[in-house]
Amino acid sequence: MKLDWHWDFAFEVLPRLLWATVNTLTAAGAGYAIALVLGLILALAQRTNWRALTVIVRECVEFIRSTPLVLQVFFVFYVGPQFGINLSPWTSGLAAIGIHYSAYLSEVYRSGIDAVPRGQWEACRALNLPLRKKYLRIILPQALVPAVPGMGNYLVGIFKDTPILSVIGVAELMQMANTIGSENYRFLEPFTLVALIFLFISLPAAGLVKLFERRLRLAMGL
Amino acid sequence: MVRFLNVNKDYGKLSVIHQLDFDVAEGEMVTIIGPSGSGKTTVLRILMTLEPISGGVIYVNGKPLTHMAKAGVLVPADERHFRQMRSSIGMCFQHFNLFPHMTALQNCMEGPVQVLGLAKKEARERSEELLTMVGMIDKKDQHPSRLSGGQQQRVAIARALAMRPKVMLFDEVTSALDPEVIGEVTNVIRKLVAEHNLTMLMVTHQMGFARDISDRVCFFYGGKIEEEGSPHDLFENPQRDRTRQFLSAVKEAY
Amino acid sequence: MSIWEFLRTYGPALASGTLTTCTEFVLATAIAIIVAVVMGLAKLSSNWLIRAPAIVYIEIFRGTSLLVQLYWIFFVLPLFGITLPKSIAGFLSVGLNCGAYGAELVRGAIQSVPRGQWEAATAISLSPAVRMRRIILPQALSIMLPPWGNLLIELLKGTALVALISVSDLMFEVKQINAMTYLSAQAFGTALVIYYLLARFLITPFMRWLERVVARGLGRV
Repeated sequence: MKLDWHWDFAFEVLPRLLWATVNTLTAAGAGYAIALVLGLILALAQRTNWRALTVIVRECVEFIRSTPLVLQVFFVFYVGPQFGINLSPWTSGLAAIGIHYSAYLSEVYRSGIDAVPRGQWEACRALNLPLRKKYLRIILPQALVPAVPGMGNYLVGIFKDTPILSVIGVAELMQMANTIGSENYRFLEPFTLVALIFLFISLPAAGLVKLFERRLRLAMGL
Repeated sequence: MVRFLNVNKDYGKLSVIHQLDFDVAEGEMVTIIGPSGSGKTTVLRILMTLEPISGGVIYVNGKPLTHMAKAGVLVPADERHFRQMRSSIGMCFQHFNLFPHMTALQNCMEGPVQVLGLAKKEARERSEELLTMVGMIDKKDQHPSRLSGGQQQRVAIARALAMRPKVMLFDEVTSALDPEVIGEVTNVIRKLVAEHNLTMLMVTHQMGFARDISDRVCFFYGGKIEEEGSPHDLFENPQRDRTRQFLSAVKEAY
Repeated sequence: MSIWEFLRTYGPALASGTLTTCTEFVLATAIAIIVAVVMGLAKLSSNWLIRAPAIVYIEIFRGTSLLVQLYWIFFVLPLFGITLPKSIAGFLSVGLNCGAYGAELVRGAIQSVPRGQWEAATAISLSPAVRMRRIILPQALSIMLPPWGNLLIELLKGTALVALISVSDLMFEVKQINAMTYLSAQAFGTALVIYYLLARFLITPFMRWLERVVARGLGRV
């Protein structure tokens, strides 16, 4: 069987795919922003002295991490209307992917915080620093350095998971490729181009994350 | 038995061993002493073919170690030649390097079974005999993690001997040990010297031990032999300034 | 409809979906392990011709999404004359994808076996193949088991995507139920719980048990 690749068709659909790439990147960026903030809250909630809260948050994180994102996306999208809350595909998609990755990021933060040496906590106590100052000025800056590789990996990860949002009709790359494919009954070019676009973004991104990590280590004198 | 001819070893621009000529006779016990960074451990590592040499030729038992004869000329050896040559050399390491997933007995049997192709029964007998010799027979079914450093090192000696090497290399075998267990390892080596006609090369920081059992002591400095001689001559009457400085520094430390 | 009534009505469909999910999981795991070991070892080869394909494979499968790979294998591969039944395309994609991640775990674990172990194995003249099989791999196994536990959970989650090419797994069944009944909270909620139970009370304990077995083999009890 000879390869039936049509260059003219590929070039014809490429602009539409690139346009959808913008949506994909927007979804990844917005989802990541949610995950960054929510993840920190989840991580800090597990460090409170309120035992019940710690346990509940811990279980929630485990639950979110061990269930499929695609199912969570459906859940958020379809359960709202059942109770009279209508969310757009974009809103529920971003909420689902943001919450999903916040669970991962909370683990990254947590291990970063755990990696701060005991002596630093004791020094904070010795200096009688208030809680907020202790975290903002001493603990979190140090926790961030070991957390950077994990945070970077999940940034690339969230980007690669955005195609899942196509299942509820978010107009990102995969959805666009599907649309183009069914309009023209040709899937080879759109699907292959989507794979290449992902490759061309995620490989350099992973490289940049590594570079940034090394720079940061140097800058922090580690 | 072992002959170094004009051997060089560089790491990039850094020369670790410089034009080394060095002989060890059959059955001889030679100890190498010297400050750290003098290249003494490297001598053992290149002899064990753990590191390639940068120049020169090494002969073991009359055969070139790092080269092989091909159509009358010496060419760099391939993996097969290395494997063949390695089996006549045994080595004990500073950090023992026992295989953690095998018991003491399995550690000793691994080489004879996998390399020499001995039957399990024969390998077991040989290994048990050696474990008895090093005083570890009652711990033969223990994993290394359950053994003290001194015990692990004795098993490591038995493991090396199980291959029936002609040359044994001891690389700072007591350096990682607690002071109170050093004796149990040195006693095994003393026994080896007394009862077996093995060619041995040892790197050590224990001057007293070196003096007791060596036939010859070499003082390494800057990648070559600064001075060598009988233990008595070298320790009592060193000729070179550097040797004197080193020996007095060591004496102060201990 | 109460949740009990829901479970009574749709129990059989959920059970058959769960069974399919488990089957896809087991088959995908088998593929992932084989791919991971082969590619992980190949990436460590000193021979450029063996190393290069492994690197390309790993980067392609880690650089694109599982969903993209799944669609590509299911919709595009037939154009090359390779038509796979949907269930095979399903676990194959998931296995190939996770295998690429697993290959990095295998490579990393082999490289973190201490240098002294390689040297000691060389010093008793073991050949490279025997050294790898008898000395290095058993130790690498204990190093890589914990991250494999996480990878297998990712793999289980990945199998949910096969529903999108109509393999009738758990995800697919609850989508059907949702489309028929609009009982979204019950349908998707139950599925979430089932996935959670599989991950938390089947995969994780199994991996912990495996870690203990291997640790015992290393003499660490």
